[in-house]
Amino acid sequence: MMSARICDKIATAIAWLAAIVILGVLASFLLYMLYKGLPVLSWHFITGMPSDIRAGGGVGPELFNSFYILVLSMLFSFPVALGAGIYLAEYAGTGRVTELIRLSTESLATVPSIVLGLFGMIVFINYLGLGISILSGALTLTLLNIPVLVRVTEESFRAVPSYYREASLALGATKWQTIWRVVLPNALPGLITGITLTAGRAMGETAILIFTAGTTVSRQAGDFDLFAAGETLAVHLWYVMGIGLVPDRMEIANGIGALLIITILIFNLAFTIPGRMLQKRMTGTRQ
Amino acid sequence: MSATIIDHHRLKLMYDRYVRYLLFACAFLMTFIILSIVIFVGQQGLVTFTEVSPGDFFFNAKWDPSEGQFGAMSFIAGSLLATLLAVGFGAPLGLTGAVFMAKIAPPWLREIMRPATDLYVAIPSVVYGFIGLTIMVPFIRNYLHGNTGFGLLATSIILAVMILPTIISISEDAIRAVPGSLEEASLALGATRWQTVRRVLLPAAMPGILTAIVLAMARAVGETMAVQMVIGNTPQLAKSLFMPTSTLTSEIVIEMGNTPFGSAWGNSLFLMALVLLLISLLMIVAIRRLGRGSVV
Repeated sequence: MMSARICDKIATAIAWLAAIVILGVLASFLLYMLYKGLPVLSWHFITGMPSDIRAGGGVGPELFNSFYILVLSMLFSFPVALGAGIYLAEYAGTGRVTELIRLSTESLATVPSIVLGLFGMIVFINYLGLGISILSGALTLTLLNIPVLVRVTEESFRAVPSYYREASLALGATKWQTIWRVVLPNALPGLITGITLTAGRAMGETAILIFTAGTTVSRQAGDFDLFAAGETLAVHLWYVMGIGLVPDRMEIANGIGALLIITILIFNLAFTIPGRMLQKRMTGTRQ
Repeated sequence: MSATIIDHHRLKLMYDRYVRYLLFACAFLMTFIILSIVIFVGQQGLVTFTEVSPGDFFFNAKWDPSEGQFGAMSFIAGSLLATLLAVGFGAPLGLTGAVFMAKIAPPWLREIMRPATDLYVAIPSVVYGFIGLTIMVPFIRNYLHGNTGFGLLATSIILAVMILPTIISISEDAIRAVPGSLEEASLALGATRWQTVRRVLLPAAMPGILTAIVLAMARAVGETMAVQMVIGNTPQLAKSLFMPTSTLTSEIVIEMGNTPFGSAWGNSLFLMALVLLLISLLMIVAIRRLGRGSVV
């Protein structure tokens, strides 16, 4: 009896230790990156043009491209993913076709991003002739976002209690009116949280963009040209560490690392907390 | 008056039907996309076999495109070994963390750990790779006397960290989903919490836990950037954990930029992508067999 209790105590201690390690590794990764990178961040670094050979270049175009490609890919993926998610949550039965769609969505979600990158290269660059460009990058990134957003949409819609729908239908509303006017507003908080988390993830995506958006940038800062090459922050970090020739590559890499960490902290904490609070208030439940 | 109302209603119902078709089209697009990926990548990859025999590709470790040698065995071995080691390091820690979050953690700590696992997912893989390159690799080189420091050990430790969130969140859900009555019965019989976890909760949650592990493997095998930065990128079979080697993903990302599209070299990289694609599809089938549907 005594030994069982000691075992329990030891197991509990190990579990606490595991939790401390998990939180500790995360905290040390984040703090290390900020500690190394924050001193590098200056207005010149954040907005300046990159330099290929000399030290002292900035990452302005890369920062712009990161957000530009992210926004474009969200614009492409969200409407489709919303439609597909609503279909799976509100219409789909249990037939073979539904099974096939679910299997496809899950498969798409596990396709390695480098494979999506090669696919984007064949289709958007070789067949459609869009070139190594911001547009090709955004379209390929769309493929990565879609399955995640479909799942987010489906879960947010399923979380809305069925009596909301029944009340609306009983008042004579059609199914689509019910979905659009009753279910969607109530699914919105969950949807917003999910979209923000997805966007935060897509922001740091690299493998998919190297061969579709490229490793060079337009010479004009803030170029909205869809067909310009569009190296992003994450790709630039990889490029300067692996191939770049600039003497200050460590500083650049540290600076980009800090910028990326700050961005995901904003996406994950600042943007999702309002959504979570809204959700608690509107549904009166905890997630 | 009533006629217009009926007309209006009919219009709404018709609208209702077309919306349904539209939504179905969106959903069916998923099937269309995944099929296109299999077809396009497959077609480009399988062309390789006109110049390279399957036996050479899969069972020869000699990779030297300028000499016409396209043996990808060392990359396949590298991918599989890195994945298995990563799960070996990451799964015990992640699973313990999941048990902690589901059954032991006080509510305030759980409220911290949830967003923390989301943050783990959000850290870009290049940042993981960069941290591996600047901390892990020098550490292994200087303190473990591990050669250059590049290799499977550095890779699998970084991958283990990267797959933690997958293992934690899915296992936690699975442990939570075990009916409370099972746990209560065990505790009522005088079992301690540890005994209950080990003998009741973990066995009952096993399908979910296995799903978590398979998904983590899928993530590890497809991870590219972080792996490329710490594996050493040398096309040779790894004889130790400290020897620079290569994986399918790292080799693709390094060489794709230099290869002419449609050459035997380029095609063999697509074939490697096809192998990756098939591995990840196989894992989805495995998860389906385990009886739980949800992924991502």
